[in-house]
Amino acid sequence: MQKVLEGNHAISWGAKASDVKVIAAYPITPQTQIVELLSEMCTSGELDAKFIKVESEHSAMAAVIGSAAAGVRSFTATSSHGLLLMHEMLHWAVGARLPIVLANVNRAVGPPWNIWTDQNDSLSQRDTGLIQIYCESNQEVFDTTLQAFKVAETVSLPAMLVLDAFFLSHTSEIVDVFGADIGKKYLPPFKPVDFLDPDNPKAFGNLTGPDYYYELRHKIHKDHLRAIDVARRADAEFGKTFGRSYGLVEEYRTEGAETILVTSGTITSTARVVIDERRERGEKLGLLKIRLFRPFPLDDVRRVLTRAKKVAVIDRNIGFSIGGIFAQEIRSALWNTRVHVPLFSFIAGIGGRDVTPEVLNEILDIASAVEYPEQETYWIGVKDEELSYTGR
Amino acid sequence: MRNFPIPEDELMTSGHLACQGCGATQAMRFALKALGKQTVIVMPACCWSVIDGPFPHSAVQVPVFHTAFETAASCAAGVKAGLDMRGDHETAVLAWAGDGGTFDIGFQALSGAAERNDDIIFACYDNEAYMNTGVQRSSATPFGAWTTTTPHPHTKSHPKKSMFEILAAHRIPYLATASVAYPNDLVDKFRRAREIRGMKFIHIIAPCPAGWKSAPEKTVELARLAVQSRLFPLVEVWQGKYYLVKKDLPYKPVTDYLSQQGRFAALSEADIGRIQADIEERWEELLRKEQLGGPVPGNA
Repeated sequence: MQKVLEGNHAISWGAKASDVKVIAAYPITPQTQIVELLSEMCTSGELDAKFIKVESEHSAMAAVIGSAAAGVRSFTATSSHGLLLMHEMLHWAVGARLPIVLANVNRAVGPPWNIWTDQNDSLSQRDTGLIQIYCESNQEVFDTTLQAFKVAETVSLPAMLVLDAFFLSHTSEIVDVFGADIGKKYLPPFKPVDFLDPDNPKAFGNLTGPDYYYELRHKIHKDHLRAIDVARRADAEFGKTFGRSYGLVEEYRTEGAETILVTSGTITSTARVVIDERRERGEKLGLLKIRLFRPFPLDDVRRVLTRAKKVAVIDRNIGFSIGGIFAQEIRSALWNTRVHVPLFSFIAGIGGRDVTPEVLNEILDIASAVEYPEQETYWIGVKDEELSYTGR
Repeated sequence: MRNFPIPEDELMTSGHLACQGCGATQAMRFALKALGKQTVIVMPACCWSVIDGPFPHSAVQVPVFHTAFETAASCAAGVKAGLDMRGDHETAVLAWAGDGGTFDIGFQALSGAAERNDDIIFACYDNEAYMNTGVQRSSATPFGAWTTTTPHPHTKSHPKKSMFEILAAHRIPYLATASVAYPNDLVDKFRRAREIRGMKFIHIIAPCPAGWKSAPEKTVELARLAVQSRLFPLVEVWQGKYYLVKKDLPYKPVTDYLSQQGRFAALSEADIGRIQADIEERWEELLRKEQLGGPVPGNA
């Protein structure tokens, strides 16, 4: 059934199609519509789930950790500071091996207050062990909600799907949705590996010394690696069932490309247009969209990018002093390949600033002009004069 | 066979890692006797995180979910929602926290669960400081007590936070205090809590020889003197309104209680006078509240 949905409501529909049993959430702009619609769905009975209206995001994650430990499919959504407040419990959900799905609307972190999009909230969770999937369209958001549960439940790890504030969260698109009756063809009812069962009492998360803790972390690492192929199969199976799939990464016009632009999120859609235009003019350009960020699809990224002569990575985020976070990941992915590909790292769009075709053209012009980057990190469009009013 | 008012079944086993004379261990033993096997425990960071034993052991014969320090109430609310959605409405969910996880870091989540009236039992075994980390003051530490962060001569200058009154103000269905020196009473209260739907809070005074600088064999005696001195009266409150205060116990002056604990060694006469006056004021307040609420309704 086709509906006109904003990205936030596409997530609510995705949670409904996934037949979630417990939701716990706390309001934060720009995530709020997700839980508003889910509240309505729970109230009307069209979604048979308990919704715990908690007093903080920390409690939201703690509550779904509890419900997932009790053995039911559990969901939450947040953004920015809410995700940062959850941070401790994200580690807990990973360590407890609970397949919770979390939707995060990418929003900049204060101070100063800013409700617009960038990726520093989700990328700050890089080493929690949370699976991270970045979406480009509202259809992808809906579809990825189901895929995230599929992957999470297969490897017993929590997963986060990520969408850009406003560009997706508050922008309406036509989305093909379905209910849990159809969703279960792809995503059968959750069968927990273990759960809190009074008939089979066990203790979870006890004090564990160096003799065992090390192995438990190694198991998480191995399951993260396994999750790459699990995610690939989950996406392919989704494609077979519903006719839509996205890949772990997506190559766009990379055939014969000498320079490959790397993007994530909604910047990708704009980049497609710019690549098309410049291809028309005969430039050998291609695009690689990173969809799965954790676990990192190392082989896919290497396979595509080692064919290029130059790589240009756009980051809507910043690892202060070292540069863009996707750029760092890709640099390290390319290190042990015996192929040296110069990597241009571009920062753009932080705090929700528009990344227009002009911005992308400037980026591609810089990458085309020289053989080798003249700066480790290029900040595009910085208004230095205006910054000087801070008095320094 | 003798008619034991307390079940003979032991759901807490030997082999746990508690210190000698640990009041928190007594509290768990009796709480589980009352609640029975159909119970799930949610355990935030507290002494019991250690007492339960290291992986792969557990000293209790019910499921235990260890969780982060500030999440006893929110995690327990989630467990309850999960069990409900599995169709299990019988299992009691017990959040089992120390005073730090209740009065301080766990306070926000506790208040949230109380306001939502989540169907859980939140039990606080109160040993009046961060004992697991080596005796640091909490907001449950009483006036005049020594801890490692309120060293002599700067012992705690403020009175203990009245968690009981704060929970009463949430108007939760059931609220009670209990003492490990009165196991029959403690078991009764946990049994009552199990039968009531919605939020239940049970505040247990649990002496800690290591932190109180008291003799391990004096734990039960101190837990009794805390009650009899009226420093820690045995009270039940329904819906935040109907109070029932246990008044038929012998009265003992608070000095009997204070003098057996090294943590109070530096109290002056004036300090003891202040503590005694505070006890009397609070006791009178409690009796007035009991009178004001009137008789406990039969359906409470």
